[in-house]
Amino acid sequence: MSLLQVKNLVVEFPSRHGTLRALDDISFDIAPGEILGVVGESGAGKSLTGAAIIGLLEPPGRVAGGQILLEGQRIDHLNNDQMRHIRGRKIGAIFQDPLTSLNPLYSIGRQLTETILAHLPVTPQEARQRAIQLLKDTGISAAEERIDHYPHQFSGGMRQRVVIALALAAEPQLIVADEPTTALDVSIQAQIISLLKKVCKDRGAAVMLITHDMGVIAETCDRVAVLYAGRVAEIGPVHQVINHPAHPYTAGLMASIPDMDSDRERLNQIDGAMPRLNAIPQGCAFNPRCPKAFDRCRQERPDLVQAGANMAACWLHDGSGA
Amino acid sequence: MNDNMSNAKPQPLVVAYDLAKTFDVSAPWLNRVIERKPRQLLNAVDGVSFEIERGKTLALVGESGCGKSTVARLLVGLYEPTRGGLTFDGQDAHAAFKSADAQKMRQRIQMIFQDPYASLNPRWTVDDIIGEPLKEHGLISDAEELKARVAELLKSVGLSPLDMVKYPHQFSGGQRQRISIARALATAPEFLVCDEPTSALDVSVQAQVLNIMKDLQRERGLTYLFISHNLAVVRHVSDQVGVMYLGRLVELADKHTLFGNPQHPYTKMLLDAIPKMHDTGRARTPVQGEVPNPLNPPTGCTFHPRCPQATDICRAERPALRDFKGIKIACHAVV
Repeated sequence: MSLLQVKNLVVEFPSRHGTLRALDDISFDIAPGEILGVVGESGAGKSLTGAAIIGLLEPPGRVAGGQILLEGQRIDHLNNDQMRHIRGRKIGAIFQDPLTSLNPLYSIGRQLTETILAHLPVTPQEARQRAIQLLKDTGISAAEERIDHYPHQFSGGMRQRVVIALALAAEPQLIVADEPTTALDVSIQAQIISLLKKVCKDRGAAVMLITHDMGVIAETCDRVAVLYAGRVAEIGPVHQVINHPAHPYTAGLMASIPDMDSDRERLNQIDGAMPRLNAIPQGCAFNPRCPKAFDRCRQERPDLVQAGANMAACWLHDGSGA
Repeated sequence: MNDNMSNAKPQPLVVAYDLAKTFDVSAPWLNRVIERKPRQLLNAVDGVSFEIERGKTLALVGESGCGKSTVARLLVGLYEPTRGGLTFDGQDAHAAFKSADAQKMRQRIQMIFQDPYASLNPRWTVDDIIGEPLKEHGLISDAEELKARVAELLKSVGLSPLDMVKYPHQFSGGQRQRISIARALATAPEFLVCDEPTSALDVSVQAQVLNIMKDLQRERGLTYLFISHNLAVVRHVSDQVGVMYLGRLVELADKHTLFGNPQHPYTKMLLDAIPKMHDTGRARTPVQGEVPNPLNPPTGCTFHPRCPQATDICRAERPALRDFKGIKIACHAVV
């Protein structure tokens, strides 16, 4: 059974000028121990999907439809108190900027033991031992000493390791990692990604990895979901999506990334920009930018259909599927 | 295709020699006296030399804090060098910036900044933003002519002349960056310093901006200094690449040599750290360690604590940038 199921999720932001639908009918699931990548450009709804799952949507945003199920239990309509027991214990979160996700006034040891004590039945001494072990597991040397240091005494890469330790503290089955390496340099990025992969594998935790970096997705994930304008454009095994994209948006996105192995005078560009939420075109949201758009794309909105090994929301694959 | 290194080379447009910039980051005077703290100096850029030929692109790459942006600011005269200098088209640029002819020099060297959300005045319309350098440099005074020129500039970056009356917030990130480029082009410069021009943009939009920059270079014979931490982007736009580490150049070579046959251990490490798109599931070789604190850099070669090939001489003696098989490199281990 899937660990996490997201079914027809709709997130809306009521505003003075009408309701904006930021996520529109998003469905996917994550198996235990699986790493699912979620990619898309700014504003596609990647982070919002993550926030909805961990119950941290910023008001006035709200889940307006659909369901989120963790181990078969609905978690999208829980109140704050109930959600607090799930957050940390069952779902851990890693955010982009490690400096803002740590409290600058508390030592990292205090932050770690606080999380452990809140969720697990252990004594403060045991919690501290556990915290030290977590820091060791995440590759922080001299953990016994560094546990009493404050966030500003760590470098960016080290801080992100602390944040990973914090997310793993109560042994959750699912980690939602929202752009965990975007604020870091490439050399540190590789360290953090391989660490994240390793510690999650050791513990059997599933990961939802949100990023805009296809390279990171390619080396890390089992499956990937490509988001466009609040909808899933394509989802499938990572190798298939990258090498044999079924949706024209995915294909365009792949071609626009400068490649280390080929010499091209011009990069392939997708003209235009992603539509704003208040001006999503009729039919397929991608149709004004799509080189293969035809009449049906301008009128009817496609749902995910089988396209080879992937699922794509594109009329090109309608009927021809499988 | 690149014979930058051959003997019969033309006069380079930009020559930076031994550029250095030191910042004083000492505690305030009173703290220094009471706490007996010494003065503290940060060598952000420590002796960087390079040449750029007319119509070519030199890219500088390196991790955060290696001094890339400081070099950019030195080149456009936003900082004054502590040591060394810059020759632009045979003229001492920093002397020119201080002379009565400063305006003339500034017209010829312009800059594009990283964040198009911060670099455009939100309360100005696009024609004010792009027209300002034209008025400031006294190039055009007639209002009609100014409008026509702004329209032409907008068209050259793929925007509509009708966009003139809009404000920056009405544009997307990629469009804003094009407005920045149009503004930089207003004075018809020969040399553009681009500090991470696409790192705030999404990939599909990044491709649009990079294509426009390449087209403009071809049409107008522009010379670029392109700063980026993204090696794939650098490989796409540049002719020559300089790799920086803690304020110094460690390797300088033409693009094909640098990416095809990197010599410096740091360059190799950076190249290994790039995720390969079509090789799914392949684990990268993570670079060990982190960039040291520039306030207290390691002795000798500053890269030695992370270097797999480090020997005693690396810990003791700082390698100078020297010629090696047609490239320039600063490493004891490469012989």
